[in-house]
Parts: sequence; structure tokens; C-alpha cells
Amino acid sequence: MHLKLKVWRQAAPNAAGRFVDYDAPGISPDMSFLEMLDVVNERLITGGQEPIAFDHDCREGICGSCGLMINGVAHGPNKATTTCQLHMRSYKDGDTVTIEPWRAKAFPVLKDLVVNRSAFDRIIAKGGYVSVQTGNAPDANSLPVSKSDADIAMDAAQCIGCGACVAACPNGSASLFTSAKVSHLSHLPQGQAERGRRVLAMVQHMDAEGFGGCSLYGECMEACPKRISIDHITRMNHDYLRAALTEQPERAEAGAG
Amino acid sequence: MILDAKIPAGPLADKWDKHKFDVKLVNPSNKRKYTVLVVGTGLAGASAAASLAELGYNVQCFCFQDSPRRAHSIAAQGGINAAKNYQNDGDSTYRLFYDTIKGGDFRSREANVYRLAQISTSIIDQCVAQGVPFAREYGGLLANRSFGGAQVSRTFYARGQTGQQLLLGAYQALEKEIEKGTVQMFPRTEMLDLVMVDGTARGIVVRSLVDGAVRTHLGDAVVLATGGYGNVFYLSTNAKGSNVTAGWRAHKRGAAFANPCFTQIHPTCIPVAGDYQSKLTLMSESLRNDGRVWVPKKQGDARSPDQIAEAERDYFLERKYPSFGNLAPRDISSRAAKEACDDGRGVGPGGLGVYLDFADSIKRVGEPKIRERYGNLFEMYQRITDENPYAVPMRIFPAVHYTMGGVWVDYNLMSTIPGCFVLGEANFSDHGANRLGASALMQGLADGYFVLPATIGDYLTRQTPDKSGVVEQEAKGAAEVVTKRLNTLLGIKGKRTVDSFHRELGKIIWDECGMARSRSGLEGALKRIPELREEFWQNVAVPGSGAELNQSLEKAGRVADFLELGELMCRDALVREESCGGHFRVEHQTEDGEAKRDDEHYSFVSAWQHVGDDKPQELVKEPLVFENIQLATRSYK
Repeated sequence: MHLKLKVWRQAAPNAAGRFVDYDAPGISPDMSFLEMLDVVNERLITGGQEPIAFDHDCREGICGSCGLMINGVAHGPNKATTTCQLHMRSYKDGDTVTIEPWRAKAFPVLKDLVVNRSAFDRIIAKGGYVSVQTGNAPDANSLPVSKSDADIAMDAAQCIGCGACVAACPNGSASLFTSAKVSHLSHLPQGQAERGRRVLAMVQHMDAEGFGGCSLYGECMEACPKRISIDHITRMNHDYLRAALTEQPERAEAGAG
Repeated sequence: MILDAKIPAGPLADKWDKHKFDVKLVNPSNKRKYTVLVVGTGLAGASAAASLAELGYNVQCFCFQDSPRRAHSIAAQGGINAAKNYQNDGDSTYRLFYDTIKGGDFRSREANVYRLAQISTSIIDQCVAQGVPFAREYGGLLANRSFGGAQVSRTFYARGQTGQQLLLGAYQALEKEIEKGTVQMFPRTEMLDLVMVDGTARGIVVRSLVDGAVRTHLGDAVVLATGGYGNVFYLSTNAKGSNVTAGWRAHKRGAAFANPCFTQIHPTCIPVAGDYQSKLTLMSESLRNDGRVWVPKKQGDARSPDQIAEAERDYFLERKYPSFGNLAPRDISSRAAKEACDDGRGVGPGGLGVYLDFADSIKRVGEPKIRERYGNLFEMYQRITDENPYAVPMRIFPAVHYTMGGVWVDYNLMSTIPGCFVLGEANFSDHGANRLGASALMQGLADGYFVLPATIGDYLTRQTPDKSGVVEQEAKGAAEVVTKRLNTLLGIKGKRTVDSFHRELGKIIWDECGMARSRSGLEGALKRIPELREEFWQNVAVPGSGAELNQSLEKAGRVADFLELGELMCRDALVREESCGGHFRVEHQTEDGEAKRDDEHYSFVSAWQHVGDDKPQELVKEPLVFENIQLATRSYK
């Protein structure tokens, strides 16, 4: 196949960016999208030009590194598929493909198609865990979890943190990402002790990072390569409301003795 | 040099407890005075950084990815072993220990492996307490599945994403500590050298992958949890960024590198589709619980699989290894697949594939059950190959997956450089010549959550923080060396891309130091690799500058190190005149083509010591002593 690419090139975080046209001849339908970019880059380097920078690592759809806006759609045309798992058989000879980085205020561009998604880590740091120290744990089977709860928790926990939800959302909201972690832990008995505190801190931090609010467009769920459902956002909002009404302020009292 | 593995004396089952009592402890209020640098945030690195911070140490943590959550442990699919014996099927610490030693073809240390089996149960407890959503039965208790090389069900799993869930557990523990301020995290930061002062590790030199700045970080100990070196083969199941640089830099500063030729070729991966291929994708070994591996009996049989009658199929694993069948260990299954393809009975393009067929299981338990167990793997297979594995058998072929070799460490996980500890796949310690499935996750987390936190204090109590300024001086010198090397790479301005060198190196290593190795092949590789390395340093094209995000420069540095490691792998394979585990020397096989081990002459760890840039490494042998188990021919028949 012979494709035409329009690729966003931006030399540095504060530099002006622009679209550059590239020819991509000799593309096999069995190539992955990133392998197609590899081929383009090899040709650029051999021709003395700088290759297109893009994030990628595992190339099997689980690390969450890759993420491109392809013809305006996060991760491209296939449902539940990361960019690295998209194959060129989804395109036909002569197609023009526009490739952009995630566009969101909270994800500044670092170079070309590479963006900074550290805001996600900071949201997790505010409470996306069970505060248990190494060595504290009781026997694993001392705490039964119903299979259905474990399954729902796992559905939510599958989030790979790629950021497609944010890129797809007209508001640039991180609600799907945040709710996936909130919902994972709130479906498990281990997550109950910190349930209220967690949801308050994570949601507040999501706003502080500059992500937009959720108005239930549902674009995030359509773009999610792991099919995370917006039901989790409902759960998060429910937990948030309850916690906002019932959560007690933290008290600092030293232990006696 | 004499290698002292520091194995505690006493009965096998008591060694670890006794050792934990014997080591010196750091007073809780003194812990914050020590800084530990942890490089890598996979299972081993993230769990170590979080656990050390919980203990009160000052931790700085580094990863080359944009977030610690992306380390390649995330891609582990099948599961994690633990000797819980929840299934009442005869499992025990001793059985897990024995299976692992035998699976490793008797080339690992008894004491290390026993400790691993002991700790395995605490790992599951820890992960469940963190909220890792393991698979469960309807009664609410944990489910188990079987894995290769074992006859008990001891593998815990979270669908086909066990590594992801375990890593997110460790990552979340790490983020918890980052929030508390006990860990300082440096993402998109790559370690490029070790800072040495008076023969001890006192810091690292790093490059920011965002702005290219070269900086030094000083500490009282350095922990390398930087993964394996499978990408030396170019095509492997590793992530594209996985590399040997941290371990190799430590090696060049004095850390012995052990058993480099012990690499694992995983039997169930999606076959190569074309020469543009950038990586290979694993299909979890757990699939062999329900899938049957076969090829046509007839050579060159090009009929579609549904046209080949039952009697015309060769279920070669079931035929050759009736007691383990499709769950024979990885090295054995891979070699059997290679033999079938070499015999002209391979399937798919180029005849480089065998079938993994689920038809019988779908008939037995129904498609929904198979979907529940492996749904995401089947989807991934279909996305890549455009074939529906519920309807037609998968095609699979072996691919490089894991490296048992790595930086040599003692029982405390310290390398031959005092103060430089090495964890997880980056070290060599627990898997001998072949790793069993679901044991990598176990080892990474054992090292990070439980072993290092117990052993590092003993080293730190003997250190006094440097106040003389010597450390800063040494660090400055090391940073200059790093900058010079980066500038050299940028200044070559040759004609060939980094990837083209990497592919050529990978092809040499795969052909000559892959599933079968021969004296003549290895000797040929040892001639070609130095030539390729020389061409690399004269003709590599690295565009751009050092003061920016420059992915070509990152790759160039990593490939330069692979070009040195590849040579050492071939030398190691050449010296080891026996076949064991993943190391199969064609000169050493039984009449029916099985590996022929030589315990009399080769029951040792090969530790290679760097003695100068222009000299070949020297081999130091650590004899393996077996006090508890009888060395036996490894049979899965």
C-alpha cells in the first residue's frame, strides 16, 4: 500500500508545531501502525532527517505508552484496540492518515507525538491504593471476595492509563481514568477503610491538574482500548457524594504511653 | 577472584530465618539518614522502592518510561506461583523448591531457590491485601491454574493480565510513598553509569530523556532492578525499550555477569509475519492448560487444519512427554516445536509454526468458559493475525522471552561491587538454566518486597555517609565519561540506522546462540559480532542533538551495549560444553535428542569479570553445591 501521512511535528514543549506531509510507500497490511511509523522513520534517518518521536514500549496493548490521535480518533478506527495493536489492514491504498498527539491541557506536548501524562500518576498518588505496608498482610484466603465483585473490580483495574479517555473527551476530563481506580478498590473489601477519603482526594486532584469536568458524553468509553465502562463514573460520583456528606475530618491525636 | 555467595550455614529450611536474625539492623531513626537509589520500576524495583521507603529509608527511584506503571512486568500474562496448597493437591514449600531447581536443570543455588519458595506464600498475602483482583471461585476464595513443569495447581492469576495487576499493586504502593515524600520519583530518566568510590557503588549517572541533561545522583546503595536482556536478539517478547545498559555499565565497573548464555525461548508466541516485524507477542503458557499442540504427520502438508484428520496429526508433546504432555517446560516444548519445523512439518508461512488447538477444550467445557479464561489473549491473537482462534487453531512459534543470566549476586542480592544490589530478572540467581512459567513474577516480588528490605540494612550499617567531597568528584568524572560517549555517538554521522545494526546483531545471536548452539556456529558469531561492533562505531547514523528528546540516541547507547553483551553470550555458550535447560549444544545430546548435562564438569555458575576495555572478560566459577537434592536427569516423559 502507498499512504500519505500528515504528522504533527513539534520540536520542543514550547515550540510552535505544524503538520508535515510524508509519503509512506510499501506498507504491508500485516504491519502494525507503529511498524508503519518505524518504516517511515528508518527512511527519514537514512535521508539525514530527524525521525518522528512517539511513545511506545510493549507493543502488545498493555503498557499504555502508545497513544495517537489518528484521523481525529484516539487510537484509530478499531474498537478496544491500542495504537500498537492497530494493523494496517484497516487502511487501503491511497488513504491519507492524519496523526496527532493527545490534545489536552493536562497533557502538554514534549515533542512531536509525545505528551507528558504524569498528571495521571499524581492522581493515583492522592489515594489510588490500599495503605498496607509490606508484611502486614493476613492470609490471602482469610478474606473471601464474591466472584462477581472480583470480576467487576478486575474490569475496572484493567485500565492501562494511556489517556485516550482524556484525548477523546470534549472537556478533556480524566473521569474515566480516575473512576476506574476508585471503582476497582471500592468493589473490594480491602478498599473499604479508605473509600471515602480516597474518592474525595482523587477527584479533587483531578480538577487541580486541569482536567475538565464530566458531562457524560461517553466518548471516553468509545475510545477506551480496555472497554472500561462509564458505569464506573456513576459509581465514583455516588461515592463522592456520599463521602462529601459523611466523611469526617482527619484527626491528629498521638497515641498514649 | 573468589566468589563468595554468602550462603548461611545450617539446614536448608532454617537458613533464611537464621540469616534474618544474624544480619545487622539499622535503627529506625537512622534509616532516614541513608539514601538508596533504585533503578527500574518493574515488579522488583517498584516493590523494593516502596518497601524500603516504608521502612524509613530515603529512596530515589528512576525509570526510562514516562511512568513507573509502564515497566515491562506489566505484560506478564499467565500468573504467579505460590506454595499455598489451597488445592490440597500435594503442594508444599519443598515441592515448589524442587520443581524450580529441576525446572532450572540443576543450575541454580539450593538456598536461593528454597528461600524463594518460602517467601512465595507471603507475596500472595501481600498482593491480596493491596487489592490485586486475583481470579476467584464462587465461594469467594482464590482460584488456581496449572503451569508448565509442575503437576500441582499453584498458579494465581488475574485473567491473562497477572503481571499488570501485580505491577499496579506495587506501583500504587510506590505512589503512596511518593505522596508521603519518602520516595522521589524520576520518570523518563535513564541510568548510563555507576559512580564508584573506593570500589563501592555510591551513585549513578543519568540522562533526562526529556531535555537530555546528564546528572548524577549520590546515595549509600544502588539497586538495579532493570530487567532482562532479551532484546539483544532484536526480536523478542520484551518491550521495545527493555535493555541491558544499567547492568552492563555496572559490569564494566566491576560487577561479574553470570550465565549470559542462559536465555529462555518461550514456546507459545505469534509467528513472525514479515521483515518489518518490530517485536514478538507472547501467547501465555497458561493456554497450554486447554490447548493441544500439534503438526501434521506428513511433511509439507499444506492443507488447512480442519482438513487434516485426527489420525494424520502428531500431538508431539503428548507423544514425547506423556506425563507432562502439553505442559512440558518451556525449553523442552520450544525445542520440540523447532524439531517439528526443521523436519518440514511446520505450518503457516515459511513453515515456521505449530498449531495450538482449542477445539477439544471448547467441546469439553464450552466456548464461554474458554472465553472467560483466555478471552483477552484470543482477542489479541485475532487482532494481530486476523484469524479467529475459537474457529481455527492458533499458530505459534518459539520466541525469546526471558533471560536467566544476569548480574551475579550473592545471597543478599549484592553484586561483586559492594553497595550495588541487583534484583529480579536483572540478576541471575534463581532460575538456573531454564525458568518455569509463573516464576518470574514470584522472584521479582520476592526480591523487592521481602529479600532486599531484609538484607540491605546489613550493608548500610557498615557505611558512613561520605563528607569529604570525594564522591562528588568521582561523580563529576563519571558524568564526563557519559557525556563524551553520547557526543561520540552523535558525532559519527554514518549511513546506517541503529535499528539496522540491531537487527543484524539479533539475527546472528538467534541463529548461533538461540535454540541450538554449535561450536562452529558460535565461533563464527564471535568473529562477526566484533566486526559489526566496529562498523557500528564508524557508520551509525544518530540524528539530532544530545540536548533534547532524542529516541535515536537512546537506542544507539543501548545497542552499543548489546553489541558487547552478545559477544559475551557466545563465549559463555562456547565454554559450557554441555546441554542444560535453555542452553542446547548440538554436540551434547542423547540419542533421542534430549539435552545431555555434564554435572561432573559443569555444575557451576559462570561469572565473567571485566578486566579492561581491550581485554576479554575472565571466567570465574562459582561451584554449585547440592546438599539436599539428588542430581537427576531431568525427565518429563
